[in-house]
Amino acid sequence: MSSHGETPSQTVGPYFSMRLAAEGQNILTAREDRVVIEGRVYDGAGSHIEDALLEIWQAAPSGRYRHPDDTRDLDLEDGFTGFGRTATDFETGDYRFETLKPGLVPDAEGAFQAPHISLIVQGRGMLTAVFTRIYFSDEEEANRDDLVLRGVPDSRRHTLMARLQDGSSPPAYRFDIHMQGEDETVFFDF
Amino acid sequence: MTEPVIRHYGPKAYSDHPPFSYPAYKSTSLRGPTQDLLTIVQTLSETTGPGPVWADVSEEDADLTTNAGTGAPAIGERIIVTGKVLDETGRGVPGTLMEIWQPNACGRYVHWRETAFPAPLDPNFIGVGQCVTGDDGEYRFQTVKPGPYPWGNHPNAWRPAHIHFSLMGPSLGSRLVTQMYFENDPLFEFDPIFNSVPEHTRHRLIAHYDHDVTEENWALGWRWDIVLRGRAATPFEEDDQ
Repeated sequence: MSSHGETPSQTVGPYFSMRLAAEGQNILTAREDRVVIEGRVYDGAGSHIEDALLEIWQAAPSGRYRHPDDTRDLDLEDGFTGFGRTATDFETGDYRFETLKPGLVPDAEGAFQAPHISLIVQGRGMLTAVFTRIYFSDEEEANRDDLVLRGVPDSRRHTLMARLQDGSSPPAYRFDIHMQGEDETVFFDF
Repeated sequence: MTEPVIRHYGPKAYSDHPPFSYPAYKSTSLRGPTQDLLTIVQTLSETTGPGPVWADVSEEDADLTTNAGTGAPAIGERIIVTGKVLDETGRGVPGTLMEIWQPNACGRYVHWRETAFPAPLDPNFIGVGQCVTGDDGEYRFQTVKPGPYPWGNHPNAWRPAHIHFSLMGPSLGSRLVTQMYFENDPLFEFDPIFNSVPEHTRHRLIAHYDHDVTEENWALGWRWDIVLRGRAATPFEEDDQ
């Protein structure tokens, strides 16, 4: 079999919202026990990024992914795909997802990972997509044991933590994304 | 079956892709990470992805010459763009959602941010489309050839004609957004976005004219294959440490 090289990435440019991130794709559920993930995307000068594309991928509350490879006999929420996407607000760089808190997914050593959401960040001025994870600040015990978090230097672990906002209803977690700078978000290779 | 299958992916070919920062494309300087990526072991979170389920919910909408829904055809050089989505072993990738966007034949996007370029809009062209790949990874769009257009990166900057492509693929790591160009475009040498791609892989972004795709008295044909990151060539053994 002949070998084929990967097609190189190119930027999504300034006009991706013509097709990607249509209205409502950031709302994954209307269930009462939904949670909000919100924040802002910043560049290396501390300015907001007005045209980032954010995509999330996550397991259902049972911990199962809606994907052919996840054959576990666990509940998949009706109508819940686990995928959402949005463009940041042009004026503020803000974004918002409404979703269900994901359940526990196995790690590479037979235990469970802390609840997390995979996040893909793209935008004008970004030539390739970057990948990170959103963890939850109120899952302290699970976070402490999480293999991925344990591999992140202490000084940078906070960049992966969505912080529960006091008194919010539905519960809102704040997750800012810094492409560069002192608080540069940890991005992953896998 | 209760145990999930972890089907690992091969390493991403970073050296085939553009760097995070490419000084000639000015807005990359503040927007790409400066710290090394942190390598993690693939789990279900990485080997699954939205592609399969998202392809299920899409509608066929692969003719951009008519999908404005006005009943009148778009103006411009009608073309067919077709090819296959493959993995790195050359196998077709079926059932993957492809979404495209492009300017009209005059180089004008239908987007509220496009205000600087005084080229006409076409009321019969919205410049977006989608399709899902077939059993062998094949796809086919009908559209009009996009025009080149100016942008603000440097004096007298023009983008070569291109179509934006977004592919979900079977896993998180196979997500790809890229741009397809047309062979022999005289603007290639002036475009920092095209040239941000390493020289040895630039040709992978270029569609070739194919007379076998061309339809008599109807449309010119272009062929372009896309290769997504694929499964690891050698299956990983279970970690028994």
